[in-house]
Amino acid sequence: MNSPGTKWIAEWLGGLGRIAFLARDAVKSLFTFKVAWRDLSYQIYFIGVKSQSVVLVTGAFTGMVLTAQTYFQFHKVHMDTATLAVVGVSMCSELGPVLTGLMVAGRVGAAIAAELGTMRVTEQIDALRTLATHPVDYLVVPRLSAAHIALPLLTAESIALGIGAGYVVGVYLLGIDPAYSWHNLVKYTKAVDVTIGLIKSFIYGGIVALVGCYKGLNCGEGAEGVGRATTEAVVYSSIAILIANFFLTLVLGKLFQIL
Amino acid sequence: MIEVFDLKKAFGASPILDGVNLRIEKGESVVIIGRSGGGKSVLLKQLIGLLKPDAGRVEIEGEDIVPMDERRLLRVRQKFGMLFQGAALFDSMTVAENVAFPFRRRHDLTPADVARKVTEALAMVELSGAENKKPSELSGGMRKRVGLARAIVYQPEIVLYDEPTTGLDPIVSDSIDQLIMRVRDRLQVTTVVVTHDMRSARRVGHRILMLHEKRIYASATPEEIFASQDPVIRRFIEGVSDPKEHYF
Repeated sequence: MNSPGTKWIAEWLGGLGRIAFLARDAVKSLFTFKVAWRDLSYQIYFIGVKSQSVVLVTGAFTGMVLTAQTYFQFHKVHMDTATLAVVGVSMCSELGPVLTGLMVAGRVGAAIAAELGTMRVTEQIDALRTLATHPVDYLVVPRLSAAHIALPLLTAESIALGIGAGYVVGVYLLGIDPAYSWHNLVKYTKAVDVTIGLIKSFIYGGIVALVGCYKGLNCGEGAEGVGRATTEAVVYSSIAILIANFFLTLVLGKLFQIL
Repeated sequence: MIEVFDLKKAFGASPILDGVNLRIEKGESVVIIGRSGGGKSVLLKQLIGLLKPDAGRVEIEGEDIVPMDERRLLRVRQKFGMLFQGAALFDSMTVAENVAFPFRRRHDLTPADVARKVTEALAMVELSGAENKKPSELSGGMRKRVGLARAIVYQPEIVLYDEPTTGLDPIVSDSIDQLIMRVRDRLQVTTVVVTHDMRSARRVGHRILMLHEKRIYASATPEEIFASQDPVIRRFIEGVSDPKEHYF
């Protein structure tokens, strides 16, 4: 019964349970205590404003490469003007939220885990507790709330820039007809695609902040512990985003079909 | 008053504390001595609920804190101030912001009240004028002083010190000892110091508790401890290793 595989599964399930408890504490705290606006606005600045460059570059180049690749295939069957419709739908419901989530997981998830991990190994978290401050109220809630606010905004920017860059590549570089392209883009990209993308990004924000906070608050001793927590925060939140994306696509797709 | 009953704590398969009993009266100054890795800091952290014991009771003013969850513990911890071994200052904040931190959610105090309290606390630890410095700009001794200012600024009833003189030169250690005594006498607080610095133990404690082999081995006044002929106590005071023991 104590095989390494069983132990690994038990630890993995235990970790999931602890993250769920952390989420419960954070939600409880959010509705019980006042969030300090100063802390929240700093976190929105750090997670949102400072992530813009990396998210916008990713969005733009993803839109451009998707346009080129789709055009090369569609051109064979003379469907050039449908290219931007594919780019629009893909960017809104899949690539925009997922790539923004992954880029923010790399930048912000790592930073949260490293900061909280360092605070833990230098006893700053214990100091907070002795100063009658709950680490969830002071550290987790502002980061989680800020990520929930920032991710949809970053995703919206990424989608807009991705489609815009795709349009420029399609129309000016590959010579697709602009009027028909625009017509098809607007015709096939529905508000529901944008809504699905924004709902997904809201959830990915929570995943990135929660996994980063959990890994930081529970990191091992010393520099090695902080390093491992940082790596695991990025890896686990990225994997969680990719897995969640599949289920969200199914559930949200079905839900909006019914509605 | 702090009372500990039959406290047990193990990390993995290694027991650290096995049946610790102690009682610290209000206003008393107690020093806990013992070998490195002997569980002194673990015991101290259990007094304030930072660590949960495996068994036993920790009573603060007659209230058992062991079954309390983190939220209830926050209320009990308002009675405590704690100076950590590495000072544990918040490195993203200035000295003044660190010392003012306990008042973050106190809406009954104006910013001027908080600033006055910070100035008074920094004056008490002889660090007036350091308000705008960052912890990275401070020496080890200064960091501990700021840590102490932060621990006493809200006038707690009990102050815990975890190895306050470790890593400091003898002159700075002496000044920290004097600060502990000043805080003890001026604020009339209950003081618990964990240390293996015998000079410090002799000066700041009304009573010394020696932790040995996972239990309280001796409890006596500094004079009695230093006059003791018990071989375990004598070896510790004189810093003589036991030839039968392997240290590495």
